[in-house]
Amino acid sequence: MKVKQLSVFLENKSGRLAAVTRVLAARGINIRALSIADTSDFGILRLIVNDPQSAYQALKEAGFTVTLTEVIGVEMPDRPGALSSILAHLEEAKINIEYLYAFLGRGDNGALVIFRVEDLDKAIEVLTSKGVKILNEEKIYSL
Amino acid sequence: MYWNPKYECLPLEELYELQLERLKVTVERVFYNVPHYRRAFQEKGLEPSDIKSLEDLSKLPFTTKDDLRENYPFGMFAVPMSEVVRLHSSSGTTGKPTVVGYTRRDIDVWAELMARALVCGGATRNDIIQNAYGYGLFTGGLGIHYGAERLGASVIPISGGNTRRQVMIMKDFGTTVLTCTPSYALHIAEVMEEMGVSPEELKLRCGIFGAEPWSENMRKEIERRLKISAVDIYGLSEVIGPGVAIECQEKNGLHIFGDHFLAEVIDPATGEVLPPGQMGELVLTSLTKEAFPVIRYRTRDITAILPGECPCGRTGVRIARITGRTDDMLIIRGVNVFPSQVESVLLQFGGTEPHYQLIVDREGSLDTLEVQVEVSEGLFSDKVRGLEELERKLRLELESTLGINVKVTLVEPKTIARSEGKAKRVIDRRKLV
Ligand SMILES: [Zn+2]
Repeated sequence: MKVKQLSVFLENKSGRLAAVTRVLAARGINIRALSIADTSDFGILRLIVNDPQSAYQALKEAGFTVTLTEVIGVEMPDRPGALSSILAHLEEAKINIEYLYAFLGRGDNGALVIFRVEDLDKAIEVLTSKGVKILNEEKIYSL
Repeated sequence: MYWNPKYECLPLEELYELQLERLKVTVERVFYNVPHYRRAFQEKGLEPSDIKSLEDLSKLPFTTKDDLRENYPFGMFAVPMSEVVRLHSSSGTTGKPTVVGYTRRDIDVWAELMARALVCGGATRNDIIQNAYGYGLFTGGLGIHYGAERLGASVIPISGGNTRRQVMIMKDFGTTVLTCTPSYALHIAEVMEEMGVSPEELKLRCGIFGAEPWSENMRKEIERRLKISAVDIYGLSEVIGPGVAIECQEKNGLHIFGDHFLAEVIDPATGEVLPPGQMGELVLTSLTKEAFPVIRYRTRDITAILPGECPCGRTGVRIARITGRTDDMLIIRGVNVFPSQVESVLLQFGGTEPHYQLIVDREGSLDTLEVQVEVSEGLFSDKVRGLEELERKLRLELESTLGINVKVTLVEPKTIARSEGKAKRVIDRRKLV
């Protein structure tokens, strides 16, 4: 149920994001989802790709500081209040959300959101019990 | 384990008494036999009889590498050449070399000190010691050699170089102790891997490495790759050679053999003697040398005198591992800053060899220090808060270690320019203004 996300350290200056995408493109790696969290000095680029292991290798070889982090991909029905009900489930179970971001494409039945929470196993358990659909690795990498 | 428990563990009052007695003899010896010292003492209005206590040491003039060079080759000798049985010389990479001489008794004392050092570092008379320090004008090879023979170990005088043969002999002769520079030890480990020789095929169990500064990380790497215990030995030809100080099995600071040397740590900018715990330049005075005594010799090596006693029972002064040279020192807002202090703080965080750069600048009349740190995998956090917290902790730790305000900037790996694989540690923009 858990998905591997790449996290890359970037200095906050022009051309750095392009440098990452160039490395991935050269290896034929497709980006499935992406988000940047930044401050005035630095940023963290988070990526879901079709082949996390070889993307990790490629970025490491290119000299980037990169780690693999586990996240979950949640499919959300396409109606108002869908996200807020998922957040409510997590809050109720006292699961802290570290960050979340939306998927570029769409799932079969609605929008996809990537969650990073403190206790992944518990989140999976809670959401599954509430009937929320969590996508497996193969599904997400191949979307 | 001690070679000479009586002197290595001498109660402090007795040690101080012995030191004072020997200091007086040394001061007299140089005053009456070495024109340079007589002149330097007289410039300060000092006579040998002014030395009445160990505290009076701080009245004596410093001796520098330049003083030795100006008296090249034999001007600093305190005995006639007929008494000198050995000459060594240190390399003259920056200017003239320096020459040191030894009487028969000096050689004897040196062998005693090296025997103590080898035992302190973990060797016994049953060991087979492969001595891969260079033999020749450099003091490393012969210094270790005489000590190992005094100890009664079996010495292989292989000297440096021909690494494949080193590995072959290590394997065939069953070498148990390796002595060489730490960088050469790593090179041997690499060549072993190339040759397909694993540490399990060797009997090697300990290494005594020195003659260049090395880090705690480098120790771990050597210990891991050669499967040995590695200790740091310190010495310099101007003072005697290897055997001035060595780590014991605690690996927490180097013991200086206090019955033969007096150690002080000074502020390199002002010459003021610093209290234990403060980093500065190591200054050494020999207490028993005949041919080439030194008074307050400025080593240019950066260390601190460690407070407290060592569990091993050796008395006298312990110094921290040498972390750099005074030539690297910066003065920022009147405070002495050593790049190695920054390095030691970063090591506590990342775990791996940190890449960093100090950028010193001036805003108005105020000096500023920016520390750029490459974010390695060990430092990286996937969360903005985590990185901001890292930045903050680094800043607080650096500020408390250095005593000045610091701006910490996290940068991507390989953004700090390297020359020959080594990063340029300091950019001082003040000089351009
Ligand atoms: Zn000790």
